[in-house]
Amino acid sequence: MALNVGCTAPPGRARENRTGSWRVFLPRFDHEACSKCGMCQLICPEGCISETADREFVPDYDYCKGCGLCAEECPKHAITMVQEEK
Amino acid sequence: MAIDKGCELFDCGHRACGGCGASLAARLLLKAAGPETIVVSSTGCMEVFSTPYPETAWKVPWIHSLFENAAAVASGIEAALKIQGRKEKVVVIAGDGATFDIGMLCISGAFERGHDITYICYDNEAYMNTGIQRSGATPYDASTTTSPAGKVSTGNRRPKKDMPRILAAHGAPYVATASVAYPADFMQKVEKAINTPGPSYVQVHAPCCTGWGFDGSKTIAIGKLAIETGLWVNYEMVDGEVTKVKRVVRKPVEEYLQEQKRFRHLFKPVTLTAEIAKIQAIADANAARYGIDIKLPPRSGAEAA
Amino acid sequence: MALEIMEGSIAIAQAVRRCRPKVVAAYPITPQTHIVESLAEIVANDELDADYITVESEFSALSACVGAVASGARAYSATTSQGLALMFEVCFNMAGMRLPIVMTIANRAMGAPLSIWNDQQDSISLRDAGWLQFYAENNQEAVDLHYIGYRVAEDHRVLLPVMVCFDGFILSHTYEPVDMLGQEEVDDYLPPFVPKYRLDAAAPVSMGMYATPDYYLEFRYENDLAQKRAIDVVREAGQEFGERFGRDYSALIESYRMEDAETAIVAMGSICGTTKDAIDEMRSEGKKVGLVRIRCFRPFPAEDLRAALGHVSRIAVLDKNVSLGAGGTTARGAVGLEVRDALYGSSIPVLDYIIALGGRDVRIDDIKDVVAACEAGDGDRFFGLRTEVL
Repeated sequence: MALNVGCTAPPGRARENRTGSWRVFLPRFDHEACSKCGMCQLICPEGCISETADREFVPDYDYCKGCGLCAEECPKHAITMVQEEK
Repeated sequence: MAIDKGCELFDCGHRACGGCGASLAARLLLKAAGPETIVVSSTGCMEVFSTPYPETAWKVPWIHSLFENAAAVASGIEAALKIQGRKEKVVVIAGDGATFDIGMLCISGAFERGHDITYICYDNEAYMNTGIQRSGATPYDASTTTSPAGKVSTGNRRPKKDMPRILAAHGAPYVATASVAYPADFMQKVEKAINTPGPSYVQVHAPCCTGWGFDGSKTIAIGKLAIETGLWVNYEMVDGEVTKVKRVVRKPVEEYLQEQKRFRHLFKPVTLTAEIAKIQAIADANAARYGIDIKLPPRSGAEAA
Repeated sequence: MALEIMEGSIAIAQAVRRCRPKVVAAYPITPQTHIVESLAEIVANDELDADYITVESEFSALSACVGAVASGARAYSATTSQGLALMFEVCFNMAGMRLPIVMTIANRAMGAPLSIWNDQQDSISLRDAGWLQFYAENNQEAVDLHYIGYRVAEDHRVLLPVMVCFDGFILSHTYEPVDMLGQEEVDDYLPPFVPKYRLDAAAPVSMGMYATPDYYLEFRYENDLAQKRAIDVVREAGQEFGERFGRDYSALIESYRMEDAETAIVAMGSICGTTKDAIDEMRSEGKKVGLVRIRCFRPFPAEDLRAALGHVSRIAVLDKNVSLGAGGTTARGAVGLEVRDALYGSSIPVLDYIIALGGRDVRIDDIKDVVAACEAGDGDRFFGLRTEVL
């Protein structure tokens, strides 16, 4: 693949870097306990939590680094961090 | 312009530390700014973790030139857009080193000239990209790699430079401070800054788990403590006048300091009471200056006791 | 062709106006000031549709141009000496980002000691920054090189910034007859800037990313390749200019009375005018002396120089700069070093003369003295030292 002139790139290429492999702890979402406030989605530094058509918040484990911010801030304590199994 | 919470213009796959306050700031900034935005980055953590060739995390037009010239590059972009009749908004995002220290000349020039740009400083209070060295934004007594605590040192010897007021003194119509701990507030301030003609400045507190020494899951908790202790004040200034301040029931500064390794020397091996008192005095001065204190009505039971 | 008597700086400003930059960002510094003052007036009188940014430093001047060119707007700046040194970091950056621009350098000495007068140390010191560098002998050439400069810089085979260098005061403040092209002629020759990429919400791109060791070497290689490709692009643009307007700039070097020359002088810039007069006098005295003038210093025309100089017995290089500490116990300037490099393997002696630094006048007799010294094998030294003050 030819280099882009002047070290430029189109959007989208960061996704080639699957940061989920960094994870030590994994957030597990309890959808029953969830109040749908959307805080986890708003504050995720990866922007990898999305809302499904069923209004469930789910992380993209390809990119979730397991920082635990969502679990810490969830007002319903509906997210727990568990040891990653590899 | 309504804030679109679903809009993700800062992509997954970037290489920020887990729980990075700066990466959250970038995401929130773009959510608020929207796709019609041209972003100028200074050299620094954010630039490095988001753009190793060819893996860019930016889904809006983005440019990085040098460490200290983002405001000047933004001036040129704004001038070009104006003469081309284009409508995109120009937003700078730069760290505190690039803003408070090395980029001061360019920012001062750009603000004095009155370009229609929004300058966001993500303030993590040291040079994180190069390994946590002290900047003009490092708070009093913080231990960094160039202001280490030691036998004759209690860490950084100077308080933070008051950058927002310096820029307000340039005649900036809108200046605000914010924190990633209050995402909606930050996004509203970004939106306001972008929609204010002329140069606007938003300084967003972006706790750095690696540089400050706390667990990445606590980024927001630490940010909240900074505000609750009065060591960080969220406010807005319109035409140089403070128009809005986040008020709090203040906590003692120890509650903030104890949570971070950069202040550990204030508590171990012995508690440096006099130093902590100086930091408390900084918080008290902030509280007095901005009127942040919420006075709780005295409890009748307590009075009786 | 209508010749007008104009000050060099005013002629440059008029040429820049005809190039239709959309953004001008410049900071005043002697002896560049008349150019940027004149452009400010042109913009103020609505004779050019451009945004003129009165930046707070040269560093911001070129940084603003980075932003403007990245946004797809043709930009212009001018500076010299200390101002160019302050732009050092941006110069490398702009070339690496492959952002084309033309910047005029009114060549001036570098401090310390402070000197506002002419030599070429400023731009020479940036020879490795990745910019194309043209050196003009007179104001007509300085003017024309701006049109050619934008053509070459913005050519997608090149995409590199260009410095048009002309000697401060000696040319910038001198009145000479100049043929100013009409706006339509310039428009026909110089099409609007079509960027390869630009900052545009309709087609986002990330510019100025960083390169890991897996990519950096390749980006530098491509920068060098662009310089190499520029050799032909300069030739083409110079030739077309000649066909249209009668002044041919297809050659990267100019040979003057070199046919049977035994001693060749190599030089750049306005000193070549004096040198040509000296050569005419020496020729009439029977001395076989010629001049090779380097117009394009970057890319460096090594092959052209080999061809032009292959038959001479000796070469005297007039260097209006000095590479301090180079050459062991002898003295060297950048041009001398490069000419030596170009002639590597030949037995022709190349002698360097560090001359005319900091505005020291050079007269016809000085050039004759250089030639005499060269014939005697005495060179690689400062020329014209006032030993009485040493």
